Amino acid sequence: MYSEKVMDLFRSPHNMGKIENADGIGKVGNPVCGDVMYIYIKVKDNKIADIKFETFGCAAAIATSSMITDLAKGKTLDEALKITKGDVAEALEGLPPIKMHCSNLAADGLKAAIEDYRSKQGKGKGQAAPKNVKQEKKE
Amino acid sequence: MKRIYFDNAATTRTDNEVVKAMEPYFTKFYGNASSLHTFGQEARKALEDSRKKAAELINAKPNEIYFTSGGTESDNLALKGVAYANKSKGKHIITSKIEHHAIEHTCQYLEKQGFDVTYLPVDKYGIVTPESVKSAIRKDTILISIMHANNEIGTIEPVKEIGKIAREKGVLFHTDAVQTFGKVPIDVKDMNVDLLSSSSHKLHGPKGVGLIYIREGVKVEQQMLGGGHERGMRSGTENIPGIVGFAKACEIAKADMEKDTKKVSAMRDRLVKEILKTEDTYLNGHPTQRLPGNAHFRFSFIEGESLLLRLDDKGIAASTGSACSSKSLEPSHVLLAIGLKAEEAHGSLRITIEKDNTDAEIDYAIAEIPKVVASLREMSPFKKGDACIQKK
Repeated sequence: MYSEKVMDLFRSPHNMGKIENADGIGKVGNPVCGDVMYIYIKVKDNKIADIKFETFGCAAAIATSSMITDLAKGKTLDEALKITKGDVAEALEGLPPIKMHCSNLAADGLKAAIEDYRSKQGKGKGQAAPKNVKQEKKE
Repeated sequence: MKRIYFDNAATTRTDNEVVKAMEPYFTKFYGNASSLHTFGQEARKALEDSRKKAAELINAKPNEIYFTSGGTESDNLALKGVAYANKSKGKHIITSKIEHHAIEHTCQYLEKQGFDVTYLPVDKYGIVTPESVKSAIRKDTILISIMHANNEIGTIEPVKEIGKIAREKGVLFHTDAVQTFGKVPIDVKDMNVDLLSSSSHKLHGPKGVGLIYIREGVKVEQQMLGGGHERGMRSGTENIPGIVGFAKACEIAKADMEKDTKKVSAMRDRLVKEILKTEDTYLNGHPTQRLPGNAHFRFSFIEGESLLLRLDDKGIAASTGSACSSKSLEPSHVLLAIGLKAEEAHGSLRITIEKDNTDAEIDYAIAEIPKVVASLREMSPFKKGDACIQKK
């Protein structure tokens, strides 16, 4: 059902985890549907210096999360905003049609994180701690 | 890597003895049971011997057993056949919210044909109460169809009590016994069952064969028209090798049921006890009134498809009711019916154990499942203390 690439990233996802004091956080998805993704970014010189994810969801959701972090890392914010769901799916050597909404989620998550960063910049507040997210790891 | 099969509610390994019993009917006794020559009569004899063996397992008469292609066909035949044969008496059918899709979708089809269907709710354990059945019966009720045991959460329904009510009220009673046939004792007379569906491949028989029990005298309209096989109830050349294999599986099940149930439920109980030691882990279904091999867990903060695929990487084959693994992207209707929220239903894992499984395999599962759960929880944005219900 899934491509080799999807299964590889599902088994060994890149950039998994959270960034403490992230510059921007994108939270997308809905637990009712079974996919929720948090994307954390660190921004330096208008570029994505670091990016990590936490995901609740299926293998496609995890693989797309991992892929978006690889695609976005080192890009300028404007370049990163141009990454589409199609780019993510293509980089994963395709997704089952019914799972395409998961890759939508990854691009949306990145966009939300960048918007979060920009809105904080606009307000001049800098880095706010995310709401509803515990700071310590349980395991 | 060793692979462990823990998805026995989906299908089972065909017994070696079953395969051996079937073999001559492919290459030696390959006649058509409708033919008058010796080839045909050999097949006919095998067919009737098989019918007798299947009947014995559920205390039915051989002439009350009709072979079909499986549980789905039997369920379709029971519902449509009774509905169309009795439509002049009434158009009301009672079923439950946790039936297999073969029942649920056939009921939805019948609704489009002008029948009225009541879908009874279940309690948090998945039990259909006999009282709810009783109060749903109307003057125009022609059929009650309640499964013997649920295929997902393993809950065994009070079918005997429901059968009694149906008989008293003069309403026909069908039970989908696909999960219990050969696993749990069935006596169609004692249980007041008028129609019953079963499938061979759930009890170590071959795929593509099943049966329907129809109590003598019950009117059912045939759904497959043709050469008038199975005494006109189900046309189509009989699948003799499959039927012979099914009968062998029935014979083995009858002889070994007590021994196998003891072994399987002991393994299941140990697995449940150990897995429930994992934090934020729950058992779905009834604590005791459940299929011997069924363990159905719910792990908070993680999603079932990921869990299933990571377990598969460890060689453990299981199943989930998560939406992400279904064709429709809807969570299991059974898990929603027992009151779970959609987000809770996503973290479910079904392990179904059979006689082929071993204590060493249970040990391996007890060691590996918590590790896989922990690795996915580490990745999850939801942690202990969260309500797991944040919206976008």
